[in-house]
Amino acid sequence: MHGQIRKVGVGLVMLFMAVFLQLNYVQIFAAEDIASNNANIRSLLREYSIQRGDILTLDGTRVAVSEPTGERLKYRRTYPEGELYAHVTGFYSINYGNTRIESAYNDQLLGEAGVVSMQDIQDRFLGAGEEGDDVRLTIHSRLQEAARSALGSNTGAVVAMDPQTGEVRAMWSNPSYDPNPLASHSAREAKRHRSSLDPESPSSPMVSIATSRGYPPGSTMKVVTAAAALESRYRPDSTFEDPAELELPQTDETLTNFTKTTCAGGRIDLFTALEISCDTTFAIIGMEIPEEVREVANEMGFNEPIPFDVGTEVSTFPEVGEDNKPFQAYIAIGQGDVVATPLQMALVASGVANGGAVPRPRLVREVIDPSGGIVERFQPETIGEAMSSDTAREVTRMMTAVVESGTGTAAQMPGVQVAGKTGTAQTVQGENPHTWFITFAPADDPQIAVAVIVENGGTFGSEATGGAVAAPIAKQIMEIDRQIRGW
Amino acid sequence: MVLLSLFYVGAHIAVRRAAPQADPLILPLAAVLNAIGLAAVYRLSPDEFGPAQITWTVVGIGCFVATLLVVREYQVLARYKYILGFAGVALLLLPLAPGIGATINGARLWVALGPMSFQPGELAKVCLVVFFAAYLAERKELLAIASRRLAGFHVPDLKHFGPLLVMWGLSLAVMFFERDLGSSLLFFSIFLVMLYVATARIVYVAFGLLLFLAGSYLGYQLFTHVQDRVQIWLDVFNPRYISDEGYQLAQSLFALATGGLFGTGLGQGRPDLIPAAHTDFIFAVIGEELGMLGTAGVLLCFMLIVARGLRIAMQSRDDFGQLLSMGLVTIFGIQTIIILAGVTRLMPLTGITLPFMSYGGSSLISNFILIAILIRVSHETAAAPDPAMTGEILIGGRL
Repeated sequence: MHGQIRKVGVGLVMLFMAVFLQLNYVQIFAAEDIASNNANIRSLLREYSIQRGDILTLDGTRVAVSEPTGERLKYRRTYPEGELYAHVTGFYSINYGNTRIESAYNDQLLGEAGVVSMQDIQDRFLGAGEEGDDVRLTIHSRLQEAARSALGSNTGAVVAMDPQTGEVRAMWSNPSYDPNPLASHSAREAKRHRSSLDPESPSSPMVSIATSRGYPPGSTMKVVTAAAALESRYRPDSTFEDPAELELPQTDETLTNFTKTTCAGGRIDLFTALEISCDTTFAIIGMEIPEEVREVANEMGFNEPIPFDVGTEVSTFPEVGEDNKPFQAYIAIGQGDVVATPLQMALVASGVANGGAVPRPRLVREVIDPSGGIVERFQPETIGEAMSSDTAREVTRMMTAVVESGTGTAAQMPGVQVAGKTGTAQTVQGENPHTWFITFAPADDPQIAVAVIVENGGTFGSEATGGAVAAPIAKQIMEIDRQIRGW
Repeated sequence: MVLLSLFYVGAHIAVRRAAPQADPLILPLAAVLNAIGLAAVYRLSPDEFGPAQITWTVVGIGCFVATLLVVREYQVLARYKYILGFAGVALLLLPLAPGIGATINGARLWVALGPMSFQPGELAKVCLVVFFAAYLAERKELLAIASRRLAGFHVPDLKHFGPLLVMWGLSLAVMFFERDLGSSLLFFSIFLVMLYVATARIVYVAFGLLLFLAGSYLGYQLFTHVQDRVQIWLDVFNPRYISDEGYQLAQSLFALATGGLFGTGLGQGRPDLIPAAHTDFIFAVIGEELGMLGTAGVLLCFMLIVARGLRIAMQSRDDFGQLLSMGLVTIFGIQTIIILAGVTRLMPLTGITLPFMSYGGSSLISNFILIAILIRVSHETAAAPDPAMTGEILIGGRL
């Protein structure tokens, strides 16, 4: 019987080896695949047993907090300010993942970033609750609230930043949404809320207009064109033609001034052309120096993803063939295929305000550990050199004139020189124009830069202009900043 | 824990005294497996199953020692073959008895007597192996006689297929009436293996496999739960099953996969997510917390026990001893493989306990008795060495 016993033995060993091989498969080769299945709630349970760090504003308002639930998922994320910070914080959702700051700073909020401290090791061994780090935003709650109330029911966005550091002080888009139901532990509640937000639509309130929707920047683009002119061979007193209608070469199209009249009766200097926003003059400049305009736009942040703490849409200043003069004319006045986000236009204002150096925009100032120590602090950086400081000074002078006596007088503030530029961008035929205002103040020592867009002119309808609609909104934000910081 | 170690030391002393020449590895290996299982069960249920499992371990060790002391010569067992055989069948079918049979998790495997409940099938396997061994040792020549040839095979007389058919019927009864696929497979395959070992007739195996396939097909057609098991096995991550019928297996795989090579560390896993973690799925709990290193170690211990058992079978000098130890170690090995292959999704899952590790008194006791008999056989073989084999025994058996 020895032969048979040996054969059965070999059979048993082979079966054991099969189990061993299967173990290799399940525990090693396919382990990641298997473990990452959605139905495996292990990592979820672990993550939700951590007291996730708070997100707070510069002045200490807690805009995202973790609340104990007493359930299997130990903490639930809530957003005490509701919709106000939704596009900044994003949400922390079981079913829909993390977005915005909740995603970008997930490791820090979970306390899993950087070095493992003695405390972490102790906590783990003692089974003590883990606690994540807090994230302090650059947003000031009063500016954020001011942005919301100033924009009111208009569809649009406000971006305010410190032009010297790039720290974003307010970033509000209307419409917004309440992130709380999305962070619900009830899949049904989260799902119902999300579908009510029409998430697939480009006009969903989940889309942050400030960072992610591009508009033709209209006349605000003339700041870029003017800077390019000064960087090349022109000076503020260089004069140009200012016809009511400009015949575009190679076509039978004409480009007509917004006012449908000549700007200054024949010839106009660059300074005045910006002050009163003369379209035909800037179109002529655009055709004269297309490369230079594009160069300044690129330095301002166009055509590249802006390095930012949350996702942004790329603003485009299209590359145009040397001979495509009509197109060069249109894009020099912010029409044609130029597309800019409100964040991008805030950077244009900041670049001028900051002497030509375009600051890297920031939403987060620092990461703070549970004992209050600063783990990480973000320093100002620049993302581009758009113009010389001389050019920046001249553009500032011109933008100051816009507010003092040009199209942007609605942004005047008593006792302070404000620099600004209006924009009224034509959209589709029959739709009211989008209205823009980009600004900074004080002109001689810029503390705050603001970009405002109101879609389709808001309540002003077809009569809307950047000066009438957007400028007063920007002014309200700047006044609050002035109150807070006393400049 | 210390107390338990003392019991094992006691068991070891009992072996040294009652069977001094016995295989020295089997008991320690069982102790290792038992200790790992106990730690896992205790962690899962420190108030209920943990303490109970300690009690059962102590009772199991007691049965181990008692078996060694009572069965001074294993040949005695052959004398009681019909009693044991009858007892085995009776135990196997006992859960079907009205009044005392109990259905747990869809399988009618349990007998409830007052507050106690046990799985008589676990004990039945030992009884039946003893019976088969004795029966086959007696009849092997007869059963092996090939009266004719068919397609190149020696085919025994038709009447000799009778026992195989009887076992087939019994296995089907277990599958149909107790809804226990694992035990059914176990009992049929053990008889088939022993029949082959006794007669060396491959035709029995071929016929047995045919019967097995027929039975499987019948079961698949007749029972939705059999179909479910197969479906889940094929497609466990399908969202249709994953949180429903496939939940157990999916959780088992998640646990194993989460463990990876090194495991999460003791106490860091989530065995609370795995249903039946303390019984059928204890291996997944170990896989999560100790990783592949832990599961491979456990697998190695089981393989070593099987290897030692096979060695005992090879060295045993009489037919009964060979068939007995062969049968016991095979049923131990196949049971282990059935549940491990099930929880790792190598084959469709059938609920059955993992010897020495899963929670459960019936399982512990019967496996302790099983290794006691193995140890008894190994002692007798070594104590009266066959002159031709002395050298090998001295090298292998007594080191």
